Amino acid sequence: MVEEKKESKKNEFEPKIVGFLCNWCSYAGADLAGTSRIQYPPNVRIIRVMCSGSVDSVYILRALLEGADGVFVGGCHPGDCHYLDGNYKARRRMVLLRDILDTLGLEQERVWIRWISASEGQQFAETMREMTEAIRKLGPTPITKQWNI
Amino acid sequence: MAKKSEMVGAVAVVGGGIAGVQSSLDLADMGFKVYLLEKSPAIGGVMAQLDKTFPTNDCSMCILSPKLVDCVRHANIKLFTNTEVKKIEGKPGNFVVKALKKPRYVDLEKCTSCGDCEEVCPIKLPNTFEQGLSDRKAIYKLYPQAIPNAYVIDKEGDGEHRGCVDCMKCVDACKVGAINHDEKPENLKFDVGAVIVAAGSKPFNPIIKPEFGYKQYKNVMTSIEFERVLSASGPFEGKVIRPSDKKPPKKIAWVHCVGSRDKSVEHEYCSSMCCMYTAKEAVIAKEHDADVEPTVFYIDVRSFGKDFDKYIDRAKKEHGLRYVRSRISEIMEDPKTEDLVIRYEDDSGELKEEMFNLVVLSVGLCIAEEQRDELIEQLGFEVNEFGFVQTCPDDPVVLRPGVFVAGSFLEPQAIPESVMQASAAAANAAALLKDARGTLVKEKQYPAERDVSGEKPRVGVFVCHCGINIGGYVDVPAVVKFAESLDDVVYAEANLYTCSEDTQKRIVDAIKKHNLNRIIVAACTPRTHEPLFQKSLREAGLNPHLFEMTNIREQCSWVHMDKFKDATEKAKQLVAMTVAKTRFLQPIQEAEIPVIQKALVIGGGIAGMTAALSLADQGYETVLVEKEPVLGGYLNKVYYTVDGVDIDQLLKKTVEKVQNHNLIKVYTGSSLESLKGYVGSYESEIKTSKGTVKFSHGVVVVTVGASEYKPNSYLYGKNLQVLTQLELEKKLSDCQQDDIHDGDTFVMIQCVESRDEKRPYCSRICCMQAVKNAIRIKELSPKAEVFVLYRDLMTYGFKEKFYKDARMKGVMFLQYDAEKKPIVDTKDGLMVKFFEPMLQKKLEIPTDTLVLSTGLQPNLDNLVIAQMLKVPMNDDGFFLEAHVKLRPVDFSTRGVFVAGNCHTPKFISESIYQAQAAAARAATILAQPKLTAEPNIAVVDEDLCCGCKTCIAVCPYNAIDLTEDIKNGNVSNINEGLCQGCGTCVSACPSSAIQQRGFKDKQILPILDEIV
Repeated sequence: MVEEKKESKKNEFEPKIVGFLCNWCSYAGADLAGTSRIQYPPNVRIIRVMCSGSVDSVYILRALLEGADGVFVGGCHPGDCHYLDGNYKARRRMVLLRDILDTLGLEQERVWIRWISASEGQQFAETMREMTEAIRKLGPTPITKQWNI
Repeated sequence: MAKKSEMVGAVAVVGGGIAGVQSSLDLADMGFKVYLLEKSPAIGGVMAQLDKTFPTNDCSMCILSPKLVDCVRHANIKLFTNTEVKKIEGKPGNFVVKALKKPRYVDLEKCTSCGDCEEVCPIKLPNTFEQGLSDRKAIYKLYPQAIPNAYVIDKEGDGEHRGCVDCMKCVDACKVGAINHDEKPENLKFDVGAVIVAAGSKPFNPIIKPEFGYKQYKNVMTSIEFERVLSASGPFEGKVIRPSDKKPPKKIAWVHCVGSRDKSVEHEYCSSMCCMYTAKEAVIAKEHDADVEPTVFYIDVRSFGKDFDKYIDRAKKEHGLRYVRSRISEIMEDPKTEDLVIRYEDDSGELKEEMFNLVVLSVGLCIAEEQRDELIEQLGFEVNEFGFVQTCPDDPVVLRPGVFVAGSFLEPQAIPESVMQASAAAANAAALLKDARGTLVKEKQYPAERDVSGEKPRVGVFVCHCGINIGGYVDVPAVVKFAESLDDVVYAEANLYTCSEDTQKRIVDAIKKHNLNRIIVAACTPRTHEPLFQKSLREAGLNPHLFEMTNIREQCSWVHMDKFKDATEKAKQLVAMTVAKTRFLQPIQEAEIPVIQKALVIGGGIAGMTAALSLADQGYETVLVEKEPVLGGYLNKVYYTVDGVDIDQLLKKTVEKVQNHNLIKVYTGSSLESLKGYVGSYESEIKTSKGTVKFSHGVVVVTVGASEYKPNSYLYGKNLQVLTQLELEKKLSDCQQDDIHDGDTFVMIQCVESRDEKRPYCSRICCMQAVKNAIRIKELSPKAEVFVLYRDLMTYGFKEKFYKDARMKGVMFLQYDAEKKPIVDTKDGLMVKFFEPMLQKKLEIPTDTLVLSTGLQPNLDNLVIAQMLKVPMNDDGFFLEAHVKLRPVDFSTRGVFVAGNCHTPKFISESIYQAQAAAARAATILAQPKLTAEPNIAVVDEDLCCGCKTCIAVCPYNAIDLTEDIKNGNVSNINEGLCQGCGTCVSACPSSAIQQRGFKDKQILPILDEIV
């Protein structure tokens, strides 16, 4: 079997990312990344939901308040939503959420919404790589810092 | 044919490979009784021997296993193993099938598959399932996950090795008394209305090609043997080692076309799937051992299927597969090292030698003559020059009236083709027996559901090794141990394959034994495997929704392959997250929705017309919508074929049948304007020339076709001597003998603007178009010159013979490299210039006609249909089926099906059987008067609802209305049939009064607590 590679940067910050993926497109895209063996960082924890439109802002805020460093919402491409237009609703909700994030003193860049189709395994893996790096650069969530004080 | 009243509502399926299994499942779901007769002790066929499948690298056993389990569990399928057909008599609609069931010597009902018998058995024989790479006992299971999951005694041996010696040790060892050495053969008799033959084929035995050194040298093996090497449940547990010294080989060579495209062994056909499985084996070998250096010796790379070219590309670029176009003269062994030297002639004709540690012969398939001859005796059908079954290309799965055929018994082919033919055969049988549908079937009875309300959660966790797919990259025992430590988890175990039939029994037993009331399977994706496990819950008397899957394969082992520790930690956390949710799961009672037993078919080409006819012949009212003013689609542009199908006749006959069928309504010059509803109950608006028509139906079949791509290069459209293949075909069809003169020159360029970056797919049909048109030219004027400039000639399967015909007639086939495309010069008329790698020469051919093979392109309005029906397309714009191997005509969206060129380019006979397959799959829904509704629907808590109507505004299905109540206040009311369970209203509700079943706040929020 493949031998484990030595971690080069031992004390690098490993972000915790929560991913809400819609069942029909982005969860299937993540499955395809798997069957295609496309490697990406192990930082995301996926929660399957039926539609990106069902992701309550409360879920995202709760994840952040619990100490997640980033939250990812994955939906179908515009026009492709299995439930007609749930992804548009998710997008609108995301705009409103940004203001709340500001109020909480959280960077807007901690919450990502992306469209990934069932055939975009590569896209999913790339997005996970990008997001992990972006959040790594942002550093740990300020929420835990506050709690620590 | 039998009279209506004599029709028997049962079908005998001969052969329990993937084709036979698919036919059985479809027929059983369509309301027919099925007798599945398999001559070996277990079903699964060759697919059970494979490690992975291309082009998705799915684990073969994992995708096959749920189907096999469904087969044994189905109330309407009766499985007979060790059973051979002896006699078939009668007429279509009413046959008598006589079969001989050989003794198993082990009682299927009693055997628990514990293996105690095997332990004490003193007799060892080569394990045939493992291709002799390991031994088995005389009492054995065909393979570890065999279905039926029971032992069998081999009394005969294999000629060289003796079988059971009646020592009776197994009888003493068996604690349940399942063994009976005196069991006698049993004569069986089945009354059936139709027979489906899916008897399979066998791999070529390269021993008759001594130059390859098979069985002379230890380190020369066949590809099917190598599949077992790669398999986690195989003799080497998935470790890539070579037979001689059990050491990992570094340099591995694969040799293509062993026993295929080979006159010397009378196998002049191509076996169709070896090019792809070779690439897969090389990729997987490299995945198992990164030090492997794979080399493929090939003639053509026939990557003609959907997304095959992309797979080969990735194999080359990402996995370093080295492809050497060559002819091999000999394989020799260095006796000291037991390494092998391959002597070959390369592209340029130079003789070379290269050393390898292991050589894999990519063997093709050939017919199992003995079995075929027995069936011929009973059924009297024709065979072709290759010894395979001959059917008519425009009725590809009909052997003779009432007897249908599917799978590699028909032609060597890959799994999806076998599955499609299997469903097509089922559709044909169902049409024949439509009057007897439902007469012999019964409904599956599950035990009454246990009431778990008030019980404290008792969670059981089953963690899958998935062979080494998970176990190789995640510490499964550690995950099990971790699961055991979690609150409310009272039971946890690891399984080699959690989806196998024996594990289903284990799950049922564990539920009963430990009084479990919530079940978690940590394995692969719920998108494919959830229904299987939910059935196990039902068998144990638990509501199927007290179940969750956690995906530690696609989300851990397969995507963090070099991070064992991280992958294990992540797997643990995923399990903890799932336990957090599972605790709060509640039973869900699914509502029933009536099915409108009518179908809509979009697109009236050969696929659409065939699908409509098949559905209507099965008794379902069908509407066929075609946007052009006439039916026929692409077929209207085809004039002749090489395989003897008269296109005019086929088109005329089919259009007439469609137009005269009393259950088919055709709307030409029309299009689908809107579609609302869900499986079982759609409402469509069709825009016709006479206004808009409404139609209610239960299923949709998409057959919108594709069109020839019009190129932008090679002076196309600017020079009248430059034509596409279809344009040439039209011209040739009008030609008389003297229209083409001696010395007239035709140059055809293959893969024009195709298989490149912009259109990275192979269109499958263009090589044969070129061959067909080239033969036509030569027939019109033998002295005309025809040159075909190609990259890889995709004349797969029996089409290979037409390639040979063309060469015999003097058509010149010349190669060019993808990187060095031919150039066309017009200084002195048309001149084609290119580099021929075999001749190592720059060639210049002056030509009168330049013909461009451009392939097919998907319709641009596919996007409109995709969005209307909510179905996906692949990157190339063709529709994307639910699963490329095992659900080739289904969309993931229940109730919508696909066939024909809009799925991927294909030949006429392929479109026909795919369309019949789509009709069969659609009929599995239409045959049921009621379906269970979406379980994960939204529900309103009336106490919390303030009647603000936010949910009504956001619901995409108009499933919510307001119940006005002046006294207690207005509340929202959700229609259970209309709600599709998207959850949009849930997140929009300002009072948290709406919750989605299976995704309630109190189920989702605890997951988040586990993450940080």
